[in-house]
Amino acid sequence: MEAVLDAAFFRRWLTRVTAVVEREATALTELDSAIGDADHGSNMRRGFDAASAAVDSEPPDTPGGVLTAVGRQLISKVGGASGPLYGTALRRAGRALGGEPRVSAEQLRDALGAAVDGVRDLGGAAVGDKTMLDALVPAVEAYGAALERGADLAGALDAAAAAARDGAEATIGLRARKGRASYLGERSVGHQDPGATSTSLLVAALADTAREAS
Amino acid sequence: MKMLINVPETVVSDALRGLAAAHPELTVDVQNRLVVRRDAPVADKVGVVSGGGSGHEPLHGGYVGMGMLDAACPGEVFTSPVPDQMARATAAVHSGAGVLHIVKNYTGDVLNFKLAAELAEDEGIDVRQVLVDDDVAVTDSTHTAGRRGTGATLFVEKVAGALAEAGAPLDRVAATARKVNECSRSFGVALSACTTPAKGSPTFDLPPGELELGVGIHGEPGRERRGMMTAQEIADVALDAILEDLPPGGPVLLLVNGMGGTPLLELYGFSSHVQRILGQRHVGVARTLVGNYVTSLDMAGASVTLCRADEELLRLWDAPVRTPGLRWGC
Repeated sequence: MEAVLDAAFFRRWLTRVTAVVEREATALTELDSAIGDADHGSNMRRGFDAASAAVDSEPPDTPGGVLTAVGRQLISKVGGASGPLYGTALRRAGRALGGEPRVSAEQLRDALGAAVDGVRDLGGAAVGDKTMLDALVPAVEAYGAALERGADLAGALDAAAAAARDGAEATIGLRARKGRASYLGERSVGHQDPGATSTSLLVAALADTAREAS
Repeated sequence: MKMLINVPETVVSDALRGLAAAHPELTVDVQNRLVVRRDAPVADKVGVVSGGGSGHEPLHGGYVGMGMLDAACPGEVFTSPVPDQMARATAAVHSGAGVLHIVKNYTGDVLNFKLAAELAEDEGIDVRQVLVDDDVAVTDSTHTAGRRGTGATLFVEKVAGALAEAGAPLDRVAATARKVNECSRSFGVALSACTTPAKGSPTFDLPPGELELGVGIHGEPGRERRGMMTAQEIADVALDAILEDLPPGGPVLLLVNGMGGTPLLELYGFSSHVQRILGQRHVGVARTLVGNYVTSLDMAGASVTLCRADEELLRLWDAPVRTPGLRWGC
């Protein structure tokens, strides 16, 4: 059975992401200590713990409502660069989904596109700068392309997750041009970007949530 | 690494409670992470607000008080505070004359202060922002997030605070703060990495016989690693980098800043080499400050900041200041 993109779906995604971030926090912080300031894992954990608590205490009844609530919590609880960037991405995605109780796979594609625009507008980075966009942009493109080919939601999200993972791994060869890692110049090459890595975890959690439901 | 803490999760809150207990002249909101002058908002005075990750103490909370900041918002260790904190600080110090945000140039600080300024402006508060980006170790500003804000933050906060205290309007306080930043350059070196409470071990691996040149203040590795050098050699490298880039002009304010883990004995010795080299290069030093002012937790090392200062800047630098971290003239 095809997964239904309702508020419950995105709440299950949030639960999954919160657990994944908890499990991967140390690894994210390790990546960040190589080329950043060793706090990405703890920041993401703090943000998603707060988001889960907020959504559990006042559960929104639409997909857009869930994503907007998560985004708002990330902006007001995380700090650093990841809080505003992930928060803006999710708020823009939430706004794109509007107030409908159920959304289509195509609407999700547009929401993911809005998330990319939000990150670009606020952070000013481009693909290849060794940032979260290096995982997010290929993921959104792969998702759209899979839908074009006639894939179902779970199939398209699997393609997105694979593209995000590949994109995150490909940041190893990139030189950082944005964020704190950019100060290392050539020495940032050889390390996987923590932000691209956490983005691939968030996308993978979407695919897992869809597969679990179908 | 051993630390004088209970648990990593409460280091910032515990420090704020300690600051509150030691300094009744400050209002410290531990819950919302704010340090505010007790007499804020001061009538008709421009409010001066700064903030940033914790771990740089006394920056910024230690510079709240008469003649300097009206409020500071500390984030988690090395993590920018959030827009809600900054917006709350802005509202707390707004007397009607507007508020200046002093922001160190780091992606996180810039993004969060941008969102905070929007929130404050929604409340009808006139906000100006000055970005501090004095670190000459970042040579490639086009392909990076730009120069980092380091030691010059102290100069900007002191001078902007003095001018605001004197009753200058918002645009003038902002313009002068920008001028201080434009006239300032810094260069830092690390003899050891620092240890964040969350990680519990050094943020990068620096072998005993080596040092890191061109570091910032967040335990991030610098641009170049070399075999250990003498204080005099380090002073030469730092001043070469700074003077190559510093606008020509009159005398300078000099900050010889400890990163947190280097004894004052060493800092004063280092400062003597800095002073001597400046003398050889015919740079007059008008004022000198030596100590741990813009730190990086327990990192061993130092940074040098020079600011070309005209009469007005020197007068503002000398103006009375009463804060936990900087106090003179009163």
